[in-house]
Amino acid sequence: MPLPHLPLDAITIGAHAADWPAAITAAGDALVRSGATTSAYTDRMIKVIREFGAYIVIAPGLALAHARPGADVLTDGLCVVTLAEPVAFGHPHNDPVSVVVGLAVTGADNHLQFVAELANVFNDPKVIPALAGATTADFVQSVFEQTEAPS
Amino acid sequence: MKIVVMCGIGLGTSAILKVNAERALDRLGIEASVQATDVAGVRAAAADAQVILTSSELVDAIGKTNADVIVINNYFDVDELVAKLEVALGS
Repeated sequence: MPLPHLPLDAITIGAHAADWPAAITAAGDALVRSGATTSAYTDRMIKVIREFGAYIVIAPGLALAHARPGADVLTDGLCVVTLAEPVAFGHPHNDPVSVVVGLAVTGADNHLQFVAELANVFNDPKVIPALAGATTADFVQSVFEQTEAPS
Repeated sequence: MKIVVMCGIGLGTSAILKVNAERALDRLGIEASVQATDVAGVRAAAADAQVILTSSELVDAIGKTNADVIVINNYFDVDELVAKLEVALGS
C-alpha cells in the first residue's frame, strides 16, 4: 500500500494553535475535512498523548498524530498542518513542534508499507524545516509525492 | 537476535521505528527480527529480546526487563539508530 494521496484539503498552512491539544485538533480537522475520519478520531488522537505522553514527537519539530484504527476512520488518510507559532508538547529533545502529520489507518496489519513510504519522505533531514517554512499547500503536496525508495 | 520497538499503541510511531531500525541493521550487517509492540504488550514481546527501542517518554512504562533499553530521539535519523545499535550489540 503506497502513501495515501495527500489532497490539498488535508493540508493547513500556518495554523494558530495555543497549545498541543489545539495543534492536534487542527490535524484532526484536516483529516475530517478531507473525508478520512470523523471528529471522534480527533478526540482519540488527543487521548493517546494524554495517556502515554509526548512520545509522538518523533523528530525535532515533528509530531505524528495518530490513534488506533476504529469506526471513526472512514478511509486511510494523511494530513499535514504547519503551525504559525511552534508549540511545546513536552518532549525533552524534539520540542517545539512546527509540523503535525496526522495519520489514520483502517487496519493495523496493512499499514507498514504506508509507514515505510512516510519514512522515505522524512529520512531526508531537510524535509521538516522545508515543511515548517512552506507557504503553500501545493509545495507541501509536492514534498509527499517524491517518494522514491532509498537505495 | 530479536529487537523490540515499542510505542504507546503499537502502530504508527513504532512502525516508523521498525522500518528505520531494519535499515540500520542492514547497514550494520546484523541479522535480527524487529517486532513492533505497544505498552501493554512489551513485557511479553521483550521476554526473549536483546534490545528494546523506544522514546524517552515511554521508558518508565517498560518496567523490569533483561533487555537493553535504548532511547531514540529522532526516529527518522538512521545514523542515530546505527550508532546506538552498534554500541548495544557490540559489533
